[in-house]
Amino acid sequence: MNKSVNNVKPEKSLTQSFFILWDRVGILLVFLVVCLIFGILTPRFFHPLNIINVIRQVSIIGVIAVGMTFVILLGLIDLSVGSIVAFTGMIAAALQVKWGGGLFLSITIPLLVGTGIGFFNGYVSTKGNIHPFIVTLGTMSIFRGATLLVAQGRPISGMNPEFRYIGGGMVGAIPFPVILFIGSVIFAGWILKRTVFGRYTYSIGGNPEAALLSGIQVDSHKVKCFCILGFLGGLSGLILTSRLNSAEMLAGSGYELDVIGAVIIGGTSLFGGEGGVYGTLVGALLMGSVTNGLNLLGVQPYWQMIVRGSILIAALLMDRLKRRFLEQ
Amino acid sequence: MGAGCGRRVVVLTYSRQELFAHHGNSSLAYGTQNEMDGECLGKKKKGGTSLNSTDTETATQTPVLQVRNVSKRFGGVKALNNVSLEVHRGEIKGLVGDNGAGKSTLIKIIAGVYPPDGGEVLINGEPVHFSSPRDARKYGIETVYQNLALSENLDVPSNFFLGRELVVGGLLKPLKLMRLGEMQKRARQAIEDLHVKIPAITSQVRWMSGGQRQAVAVARSAFWKGQLLLLDEPTAALGVEESGEVMRLLKNLATEQKISMIVISHNLEHVWSLCDSIDVLRQGKKVASVRKDETTPEEVVGFITGAHAVAGSK
Ligand SMILES: Nc1ncnc2c1ncn2[C@@H]1O[C@H](COP(=O)(O)OP(=O)(O)O)[C@@H](O)[C@H]1O
Ligand SMILES: [Mg+2]
Repeated sequence: MNKSVNNVKPEKSLTQSFFILWDRVGILLVFLVVCLIFGILTPRFFHPLNIINVIRQVSIIGVIAVGMTFVILLGLIDLSVGSIVAFTGMIAAALQVKWGGGLFLSITIPLLVGTGIGFFNGYVSTKGNIHPFIVTLGTMSIFRGATLLVAQGRPISGMNPEFRYIGGGMVGAIPFPVILFIGSVIFAGWILKRTVFGRYTYSIGGNPEAALLSGIQVDSHKVKCFCILGFLGGLSGLILTSRLNSAEMLAGSGYELDVIGAVIIGGTSLFGGEGGVYGTLVGALLMGSVTNGLNLLGVQPYWQMIVRGSILIAALLMDRLKRRFLEQ
Repeated sequence: MGAGCGRRVVVLTYSRQELFAHHGNSSLAYGTQNEMDGECLGKKKKGGTSLNSTDTETATQTPVLQVRNVSKRFGGVKALNNVSLEVHRGEIKGLVGDNGAGKSTLIKIIAGVYPPDGGEVLINGEPVHFSSPRDARKYGIETVYQNLALSENLDVPSNFFLGRELVVGGLLKPLKLMRLGEMQKRARQAIEDLHVKIPAITSQVRWMSGGQRQAVAVARSAFWKGQLLLLDEPTAALGVEESGEVMRLLKNLATEQKISMIVISHNLEHVWSLCDSIDVLRQGKKVASVRKDETTPEEVVGFITGAHAVAGSK
């Protein structure tokens, strides 16, 4: 069955073939080269403890990026993820420290709240016919404010010992958050490839009108994807609060850049319909390694911000170029 | 055998339509036998139609489609104004008219994309109210839209089954796990049966030419073996050779599968080679309904441009 795929080649130009190849392996190569460079510049980069530190750090961004992959595959965006992380993380902390909730509640309620925020984002943007860029800009502010309200001016610290396992536990040599991250990548990858839900996600991103004419309930599917993202944002909030043993008021600020960056760098098109969650895995690792490498090299945080922003723009330009050549 | 599951859905849907059809015309004798025979709709269809292929019988039968006094307005634009139209079993109807005459709007109303502002649509004599194309498909209405409605980023089997994927049954059913291999197999079979030439079934539609896309869209609608096929400008924007290929496909469907069709086209040559009858829309109104053998292309052009006085319209 696969042999027939090759027959298509004559239809594609050289540039198009390049971009198709780039989609498959390009970003992985870049990742390996970047690692190699950091490894040469600072030997500590490949130290096992550092590697574990990097992938643990990456997991927090990564689980959200998995959710963001769904939303971006639809051709949409969510800017509120950082605030979802902060708010759900703060709720988890408040439940344990202030409101006397047990372990069960302080895990389930933040996840539900995250899902609910996702639902709100999706519902308001589809029903109100407002671009989610604007809606989530609003919720970004709303839930940052709500986080500060719950916190009442100071971070909440001192989580349950069991709760601290979420962000700090180890399964053998592998940190628990990494398992959560890899698990969500595999699960999401399976959904996207094998289930009707995944098929609709690609279809809506590729041609929303065709999806509608094929009887797909486009709006409700969009809402569901925002819910997935909200849920995973909540999971990330749990991991972060657990790992820091504290819910910070400014937790998760700026995450939207890293998360969207990981997805776009991973080859998922901002225009929707192309890409996947394994690219996001590599994208998240790349973003994490760059941050870590620059830290190890003692590069000032200001420069790091400049570098990360530049990487994002470079990835967007690549996406744009890819589109132009694929669509001509 | 594995081929059963998805197809059975179609068969059931279809037999329901057949039942309606039979209720609608008790005078015909072929009903009972075929109603019992629920296993293959292709066979059934042929059997049914061959019995009533003569014109007299067609005329007495309940039409597959009746559109009655349908109107549709978009803001200030009256896209359709009291339009009525009938399509009989096995009939190929040409729908012609200038740009903006309301042809696509009419097709979309029949296909369940828009609800009509007024008037009604009947399938096999039964009034229907579609709220989505999904509803229309349940009644065996398949549509090739003017913009094709293919997902360019998906391959041919994915497009064939878009919105009605085959899924694994049993306990796993709620997961809606797709039967990828089976869908690919059936799509491949359909493409081969119709002798459609495309580079590879597993390549994204993006890599196909306009003619190949059109062929895929037509093949998809034929694949589901509906009772009424709606085609909105299936040969527009195609080269001579490509449109010849699509015409071949449509004729093949018309003669071998006896599917009823409405074909919108600006190409009267195509209309003449394919259709039995022709309806003309002009500025949202139906201005003529004529049998092909009782008119001439010149006269039809007259109706389209308004040069001829209204004739034969209902
Ligand atoms: N979705 C829509 N919104 C607004 N106006 C529309 C829409 N669809 C069609 N129209 C208008 O209705 C009229 C009929 O259009 P259409 O049915 O596409 O004509 P045709 O297919 O015969 O060229 C045109 O004036 C067109 O501009
Ligand atoms: Mg049109």
